[in-house]
Amino acid sequence: MNAASTSTPTSISSTIRRKKGTSYVIPTILAVICLIMLLPIFNILAQSFSSAAAIGDQRVYLWPVEFTTSNYEAILGQTSIWRSFGVSAIITVAGTLIALAMTASLAYPLSRAEYRERKGVLTLVLVTMIFHAPLIPNYLLIKQLHMLDTLWALMLPGAISAFNLFVMRSFFLAIPGELIESARIDGAGELQTLWKIILPLAKPAMATMGIIYSVALWNNYANALYFLSERSLFPLQVKLREFIITDSSDLATTAADIANLSPEGLKMAVIVIATVPIMMVYPFLQKYFIKGMMLGSIKS
Amino acid sequence: MHASTSAVKPRTKPRPLARTGSRYAHYRKYMVLYLISLPGIFFFLVFKYVPLFGSIMAFKDYNVFAGMWKSEWVGFAHFKRMFEYPDFGRILMNTIAIGGYTLLFAFPIPIVLALLMNELRGRLFKRFVQTAVYLPHFLSWVVVAGIVIGILSPTNGLMNQLLNHFGIDSIYFMGEESYVRSIIVGSGVWRDAGWSTIIYLAAMAGINPDLYEAAQLDGANRWRQTRSITIPALLPTITVLFLLQIGQFLDLGFERVYVFLNPLNGGRGDILDTYIYDVGLIQGQYSYTTAIGLFKSLIGLALIMGANALSKKTTGEGLY
Repeated sequence: MNAASTSTPTSISSTIRRKKGTSYVIPTILAVICLIMLLPIFNILAQSFSSAAAIGDQRVYLWPVEFTTSNYEAILGQTSIWRSFGVSAIITVAGTLIALAMTASLAYPLSRAEYRERKGVLTLVLVTMIFHAPLIPNYLLIKQLHMLDTLWALMLPGAISAFNLFVMRSFFLAIPGELIESARIDGAGELQTLWKIILPLAKPAMATMGIIYSVALWNNYANALYFLSERSLFPLQVKLREFIITDSSDLATTAADIANLSPEGLKMAVIVIATVPIMMVYPFLQKYFIKGMMLGSIKS
Repeated sequence: MHASTSAVKPRTKPRPLARTGSRYAHYRKYMVLYLISLPGIFFFLVFKYVPLFGSIMAFKDYNVFAGMWKSEWVGFAHFKRMFEYPDFGRILMNTIAIGGYTLLFAFPIPIVLALLMNELRGRLFKRFVQTAVYLPHFLSWVVVAGIVIGILSPTNGLMNQLLNHFGIDSIYFMGEESYVRSIIVGSGVWRDAGWSTIIYLAAMAGINPDLYEAAQLDGANRWRQTRSITIPALLPTITVLFLLQIGQFLDLGFERVYVFLNPLNGGRGDILDTYIYDVGLIQGQYSYTTAIGLFKSLIGLALIMGANALSKKTTGEGLY
């Protein structure tokens, strides 16, 4: 751009910048912010492993007091929790597979120049990003499709997110057209090309999308609240809501049964149990999510 | 199936062939591409467009037995009822208040946070900060509510334990109307502020380092560099995100608000979305709440179009 910049490599300029300003103000502020982010989580963990007496006397801060696993034992001893866990696992795994197949199978044709109707289809999708139908017509649709009180109601309505579709499409667009060309010269059909060449190349993208969809499926509870009334189908988040917020569950009786337990400790244990699966994939999540976010933000 | 062998002639650019063949030949040749796109198109038509057109029930008196088409037209009766209903005014005010606080706090905080994070130099500490501030974003709203309710509990919550330490009596935060808006907005900031910094950090990473160097030669200190280079460079991103945020002004999200509501704090906490759920789905007033939903969508659309026009006039930046 200007004359000065050509003579100085950027690495040097950044070291100049680094040398100055060794203030500790900003790191300190950020450390405090990190504490605010993490303290609540530590407190919940500590309470879930503390005895009822210690919680009642307000002796628990960030470390378990009178360590016990009885809260977890009581929770995991309930069959209804395991059932909800199973429902959540099913909708997360099956729902993610459906979402990936649906998203990729629309995103790929839209990335090909030979697909003449892409403008029309892209407009069709864009409109849905701007106008959202109200809740009731959505509910009546699910009802008319006879999907009320089925797990389909939790998996199908979100099978394609328009935003993810655009991200996926830009992944596909980045694949050089020559590859498709040469595959065709070698005599591969469209499906073969897609399966053997495009999808293996798009693996990172598929992984990213898969994680995004599965977190959304695992964390969603609104759809279950809207579309399910059959208690045996309740996923973990709905169960969790009953436990922590409405208290209208077997929790109180469980706590009353076993003198040593407090409802608070039990609640904290349920929270931890519902969070553990997400936390186990958090390192992957962070890496892939950010990539997906960046790509999405650049393209849109 | 393998009609595509006719495509042996090499093409140099991945653009559609000149329309040499007939329309029919084209569709036949790329039939597979069109076929695999059908489920996705079908998805949007069924799950997005059918409910969209179903919204006309806001202008009808929906009768479960007659169904959508045979129910009677009532024009704007449901909209009129909406504005006459005293509860509606209260709920609209709640929605506007919580939306306003969100715009006021949840929008600028990530920008400040990103500016701070951008100044970090130590790799390890930077990663730690990022991990810590992104973490809450992955918790579901139910879990976030569980944590917040736990922290604010009058008997064993961390917050009240601290207050007691300083000799202040325990406050039943969840049981008083006056706190519910702060709790909803605050928990949203806690969960998503870190996550929202990603876009800003990406934008900052794209700034030409030469600019900083030139500024340094001119004697600009860190704060001056931030003010004169970083912030102006971020402005387009900020503008676009602000416009999007305005469009979602009334779209606070059912999940995040509903988890915090209880009979004690609902007076100032329930919003259009939770009202639509309670009155529409639970009590079965379908047409009335569809009218509210439609009203919400239209306001959102008007807001985003108005803000976009204004922004284009003043800054030249816009969504479209």
